Amino acid sequence: MSTATSGIDQTGAKAAAGKMSGLVSERQVEELDNVVIRFVGDSGDGMQLTGNEFSKAVGEAGHDFSTHPDYPSEIRAPTGTLFGVSGYQIQYSSRPVFTSGDAPDVLVVMNPAALKTNLPDLKRGGIIIANSGAFTEGNLAKAEYQSNPLEDGSLAGYQLFKIDIAEFTANALSNSGLSKKDVGRCKNYFALGVMLCLYNRPFDKEVSDIRKKFAKKPEFADANVTALTAGYAYAEATEMFATTYQMRASAATPGKYRSITGNSAAALGFVAAAELSGVPLFIGSYPITPATDILHDLSALKNYNVTTFQAEDEIAGMCSTIGAAYGGSLGLTTTSGPGMALKTEALGLAVMLELPLVIVNVQRGGPSTGLPTKSEQSDLLQAVYGRNGECPVPVIASYSPSDCFDCAIEAFRIAVKYMTPVILLTDGGIGNAAEPWLIPDVASLPKLAVKFRTEPEGFQPYARDENLARPWVKPGTPGMEHRIGGLEKDFFSGNISHNPLNHQRMVDVRAAKVAGIAKDIPPLEIHGPKSGDLVIVGWGSTYGSIAQAREKAEALGKSVAHVHLRHLNPMPADLGEILKRYKTVLVPELNLGQLSKLLREHYLLAVVQLNKVQGKPFMVADIYDRILELC
Amino acid sequence: MNSPNELADKIHSLTKKDFESDQDVRWCPGCGDYAVLAQVQKILPTLGIPRENFAFISGIGCSSRFPYYMETYGMHSIHGRAPAIASGLKLSRPELSVWVVTGDGDALAIGGNHFIHAMRRNIGLKIILLNNRIYGLTKGQYSPTSEIGKKTKSTPMGSIDRPFSPVAVALGAGATFVARAVDSDLKHMASVLERAAAHKGTAFVEILQNCVVFNDDAYGALSNKATRADAGVFLEHGKPLVFGKDRNKGIRLKGWEPELVTLGENGATEADLVMHDEKASNGGLAFFLSQLENPKFPVPLGVFRDLEEPAYEELNKAMAEGARVAKGPGDLGRLLSSGETWIIK
Repeated sequence: MSTATSGIDQTGAKAAAGKMSGLVSERQVEELDNVVIRFVGDSGDGMQLTGNEFSKAVGEAGHDFSTHPDYPSEIRAPTGTLFGVSGYQIQYSSRPVFTSGDAPDVLVVMNPAALKTNLPDLKRGGIIIANSGAFTEGNLAKAEYQSNPLEDGSLAGYQLFKIDIAEFTANALSNSGLSKKDVGRCKNYFALGVMLCLYNRPFDKEVSDIRKKFAKKPEFADANVTALTAGYAYAEATEMFATTYQMRASAATPGKYRSITGNSAAALGFVAAAELSGVPLFIGSYPITPATDILHDLSALKNYNVTTFQAEDEIAGMCSTIGAAYGGSLGLTTTSGPGMALKTEALGLAVMLELPLVIVNVQRGGPSTGLPTKSEQSDLLQAVYGRNGECPVPVIASYSPSDCFDCAIEAFRIAVKYMTPVILLTDGGIGNAAEPWLIPDVASLPKLAVKFRTEPEGFQPYARDENLARPWVKPGTPGMEHRIGGLEKDFFSGNISHNPLNHQRMVDVRAAKVAGIAKDIPPLEIHGPKSGDLVIVGWGSTYGSIAQAREKAEALGKSVAHVHLRHLNPMPADLGEILKRYKTVLVPELNLGQLSKLLREHYLLAVVQLNKVQGKPFMVADIYDRILELC
Repeated sequence: MNSPNELADKIHSLTKKDFESDQDVRWCPGCGDYAVLAQVQKILPTLGIPRENFAFISGIGCSSRFPYYMETYGMHSIHGRAPAIASGLKLSRPELSVWVVTGDGDALAIGGNHFIHAMRRNIGLKIILLNNRIYGLTKGQYSPTSEIGKKTKSTPMGSIDRPFSPVAVALGAGATFVARAVDSDLKHMASVLERAAAHKGTAFVEILQNCVVFNDDAYGALSNKATRADAGVFLEHGKPLVFGKDRNKGIRLKGWEPELVTLGENGATEADLVMHDEKASNGGLAFFLSQLENPKFPVPLGVFRDLEEPAYEELNKAMAEGARVAKGPGDLGRLLSSGETWIIK
């Protein structure tokens, strides 16, 4: 450790003149099979970009990975403040990765505030790479440090590497002609260069990516490449790093991969649904964190069968979607917590109209504005129950970023088959996190059969098929003019009806239609023993933590299984019987026990809760510890 | 499928009756809404549009029962949201003729936001607002167009809310077509509706409509044969603002204020009067007209403004076509494997 904290200044000059090959060759290369790195800095420091680029580089090298971006809701919080810290954590491994990792092995910190807020998470003895130039008196004060932790010995328990990233970047770019401010913006690429070298990641690929990314601003492309090169060269030349790290590629399924976030995967899934059904996609949405990226992605795909509409508010997002679905499009609206509340009234209308559309709720911390950039699973009961009247809506949830693709298609499959709005729940964690995605073959995707009724003979707007779905008729179809609306309707004709028995019949049939979807849900997959001491029931983004905790417990000889629900309303038909085969049912959720309530209500079971509402995902240890307490 | 000739015949043979649904009309006897329904049913067959291509979308309120009585596609939706629903329909199906029927509460109170944004975008909707200056379906509360001091069940001591003019709101929102008619003048109403139907983009028509039960005679002066010529002024493009039983009254500008004059008195001639120009690119004149109210001034009736601007759905379509030209038609396989990819063997 003592060598790590010295000799920086001497090597700096060498690095600036750095060649890309072997100035220092006697360093050790340590083989890792798993590493967790967290990049943290001011929200303007570009840590999300650095993290993203690094995750791409490890994916390209054939590692499995999972990321967790963690950023404040302020776009540019005052620099150097504790609440302005933005982070990006990645876990990558030669084995399958389920989560972004509990405690980081490495912290890359761009200022004192980043160190202060993240040090408690770092593993004992972990690596700190600190942008030492930012540890000024002013920044130390903003981070409420009495003395400089880089100098006062308080980090003795860690491997500390001090690099004046800002200074080195400025030196490297002294002849670039860029303003001081623009030069400052390149320091994240210097940091990335250091990390690529330290973790033996390909360098040339990143250079070409930068050129592509900044194709329209060649002066920035040059500057960023120079900063990256300087960082890489510095790390290669400096004697500070006695060890670099490498990892075997993971034994992933062969095929073509890309890195994908949940929001992007959802967007692709919706385009796929349109292509697979031959029905145009319409998205009417209002920007809201953390859901907006779905609207962004689709807005760039107008050459597909996609219409995007940024509505005047959340309500109009939902209502325009209803109008488009009425017109014969796949209607889609995307939102988060408070936006979902605003859409509720119109969602009730969609239930009455029995039109196929999908509402995506990328959940965030609530209630009200809550924690816009943090994730939570606290909108489940709202999704299942939160409307006036007896108002059943199918609800499904994605368990990972890439699963959002499949869930997008599944949501529309249910919507068009049963003529119903469908809620798809993801969360901020899934929406923004990235993982490698095995790109599916288009031919392997399910077909979505959509039939518009055009036959006027015997037409009744609310006559139902074997799935209790009413016909979908596009305005413009001759001879089938009819009216629909939010007032209760006659069982067949759809005309207004206040008949008491008709209302009973309509309420019953709407409920039966949604309940009937249970027969259309594939059997649940059980990870672990088919019966035994403990079954963990999860839904949504907790999948990774549960899966990893379960594997760890199983390795210890524990009889513990895991069932993860994609379909939350209705519940899968086989769930009740499965739960009875275990002595204990544990339900970990990022809320105060919403799925637990549903399970108790449905199956009259005793359920053990594990709840966390801190705006953060479960750590594997949270769940693992609970498992050990229970069996 | 009809051949073009068959289609043309089918359209030409449409009559008012073809647009009457089999549902019993359930407005109060004497309600002004009947007149509007009849005029709409009368002009639709003349527009050269197949019946199946009409869609009527409404919100909540007495006026919003309208779609049930039209033998077209229709939706009776939720309070205030009709313009948003209709926007989604029109964007997804630009070939349809999409009409919104709304009221003063529906469009201006709960649905104000959707109302102004539809007009801001100039999306191809025909919006008919039946303004009776009262909440009828909830049995008589004041509305955003009720006059100050109005005594209703929710304002037993008189309303202290300042009303606004739907026409002024529409103009403020940038509507490219803004007109007004009164339920008692069927012929004029029909001519205004025809103009609205022909307009590209959002066409907004306010119809002053009498509620016989909760706000009877709100437009008495405009409807009464004896007073109506003095209570209203018909707007005609390129013509001066002349009105009155004897066609001898006019409105001229005194600074920025309107002034009522009698032609021939104090040297006032037609040349002094405000000349109507519905095509003026500056909205000043139209807004000036929207401020004229009884009893001090005659109520302007007719087309306030009629501008030719690209419709939102056209721009949207052009953008999609542009994207297809620039990027080629969508290819799902290519899309899924776009971006940074890598192969694992």
